[in-house]
Amino acid sequence: MKKTLSALLAAALLSSPAAAQDPILIGVIGSLTGAEATYGLSTRHGVELAIEELNSKGGLKGRMFAAKVYDDQGKPEEAATATTRLVSQDKVAIVLGEVASSRSLAMAPIAEANKVPMITPSSTNPRVTKDGGKVRQWVFRVCFIDPFQGTVMAKWARESLKLERVAILRDVGNDYSMGLSDFFTAKFKELGGTILADESYKAGDQDFKAQLTSLKGKKPQAIYTPGYYTDVALIARQARELNMNMPLLGGDGWDSSKLYEIGGSALDGYYFSNHYSTDDPSPAIQNFIKTYKAKYKETPDALAALAYDAMLITADAMGRATAPTGEPLRKAIAATKGFKGVTGVITLDADHNAVKPAVILKITGKKPGYAGTIKP
Amino acid sequence: MSEFLQHIVNGVSVGTNYALIALGYTMVYGVLKLINFAHGDVYMVGAFAGYFIAHAIGVAAEGYEPSLFNTALVFVGSMGVCALLGYLIERLAYRPLRDRPRLTSLITAIGISFLLEYGFQLPAWAGLPIEFPPGPSPRFFPELFPRTVWLEVWDVAFSNYDVIALGTALALMLALQFIVYRTKFGVAMRAVSFDPNSAALMGIPVDRVISITFALGSALAGAAALLMAISHPRIDPLMGMMPGLKAFVAAVFGGIGSVPGAMVGGILLGLSEEMVAGYALSSFRDAIAFAILIGVLLVRPEGLFGRRTSEKV
Repeated sequence: MKKTLSALLAAALLSSPAAAQDPILIGVIGSLTGAEATYGLSTRHGVELAIEELNSKGGLKGRMFAAKVYDDQGKPEEAATATTRLVSQDKVAIVLGEVASSRSLAMAPIAEANKVPMITPSSTNPRVTKDGGKVRQWVFRVCFIDPFQGTVMAKWARESLKLERVAILRDVGNDYSMGLSDFFTAKFKELGGTILADESYKAGDQDFKAQLTSLKGKKPQAIYTPGYYTDVALIARQARELNMNMPLLGGDGWDSSKLYEIGGSALDGYYFSNHYSTDDPSPAIQNFIKTYKAKYKETPDALAALAYDAMLITADAMGRATAPTGEPLRKAIAATKGFKGVTGVITLDADHNAVKPAVILKITGKKPGYAGTIKP
Repeated sequence: MSEFLQHIVNGVSVGTNYALIALGYTMVYGVLKLINFAHGDVYMVGAFAGYFIAHAIGVAAEGYEPSLFNTALVFVGSMGVCALLGYLIERLAYRPLRDRPRLTSLITAIGISFLLEYGFQLPAWAGLPIEFPPGPSPRFFPELFPRTVWLEVWDVAFSNYDVIALGTALALMLALQFIVYRTKFGVAMRAVSFDPNSAALMGIPVDRVISITFALGSALAGAAALLMAISHPRIDPLMGMMPGLKAFVAAVFGGIGSVPGAMVGGILLGLSEEMVAGYALSSFRDAIAFAILIGVLLVRPEGLFGRRTSEKV
């Protein structure tokens, strides 16, 4: 690793005089420790892989990229501190992060106040880029947003699975889970379905049988559980233990290899919405999966793919901007149009959200498989 | 009716877990008047000890045949690790501070708790036979024996997990009750609890009694962790925080210092949580359950089984 880096650096030094300049610093914030550590680690891997590939092609006109990564332990207040440190101390050109919306929400005002661009690869809560009625000028994302993701699953449940009665089990302390549940509820009712019950839990709970038992009594055809993989794996197991055979439905928070490790065969027949499918035969996706696997010995989840795209869009915008920092960079990112990323063709709309389709994955035999695509 | 019965089964199963952890709090408080806030993290270490032992003896391997011997080995090994850890914590962190104000020990306990929680999240050291520290990602606790449904009435499933957890917990509690009230060591323990200085004058080895008390309480936490991990197979370095806090509340609720109090307190807390989440608002599960406890404590400040003691001036 160190050898290849120094070799790359040497090659760059020989090929271009500009390489003597300092590298362009990319700030990365993620939960590298804590209960949702795979989110942060995937994000870091995605960004670092993109940087490695960009640098091997000569970086930005000969100037290399370098990542400065901080851990926020999965806590919003730590994410805020790390952002301040990145913008005021390390003077990064751009901040990439976070995965969880509650953490990105803590970071966004700081990026905004310091006039440093921030791209969240995978926070889907609308408030991250839009505060009240006002769009945050410096904050962008390369993924779709909760209203879309919530309605996608409602459409899938109502139109493709033909379900009528669904219950909800949400994580009450989590902006993401609350958002998805609300938008799912609205869309599902609009399509003529009934929400039988709306129960909640707190992330980190070990036992969900109280809620599940009470849901079981209402006999729903499916349960929408847009939480994080850590809890969903246990919820799935306990639902099976209570002889509940209806499918659970979820969002991109399920996407982690740990889900299958802990949930095991209890997850069979469940559906969740996601940003991309590893089954997709397109060469761009298969190539990314191949290089990622070679480097990190695991299949990239959607968070890694989105982080990779966020870094590529950053580099693309820097290439188009008159200067790779500040106002010119902000304008260039905002003007991103038709960028072909791993997670689809990315165009940023007026609210700084990526407009692109979502995929529905069905779990069978501890693996997510492609089940359908829902367009915006 | 079946729903109510299922809630009772769930509540008792969660409650026995709180009860086992609460015993450790109660015993330590009984002898030292110290609230050992690191106790929840000893519980977490117990789960990881079980995890590593299970992997070492091949429980997680493909085609493993469940055996009683291996299961017992995991339990005894993990309880042993916890007992040793409890002993070390007392010996290295609390004993040097025993003559200082009680607040000093309390802060130290919080420090130990953080040390374990965050120490376990560090990346693994190279050169160790096991992957230690385990790092922050949750891990899957291997299946020691498969879950089977033993009895099904009105669509309520009683699985071997529930029965074994309840049985083991009751056996351990009875053993503890026997030790405290029927053995010589128990007499020494109660004497130390009553007045350490006089006990020392009577020739009771106070330090040894305290060490053994810590080891016993920690071993119980190890057993609790395994019983939990078998039925809820997700373990991570922060898993001890909430159960630790709740077990502490259960201990206070039952009357801190009282062994039957910890048992009853734990099970009542489990049941009240379950009923609140099942029949009232699940988002207020903890809030309402704790509010009930506050209500009980307002009426009976010494807890359900606690003895009212007047402080001598």
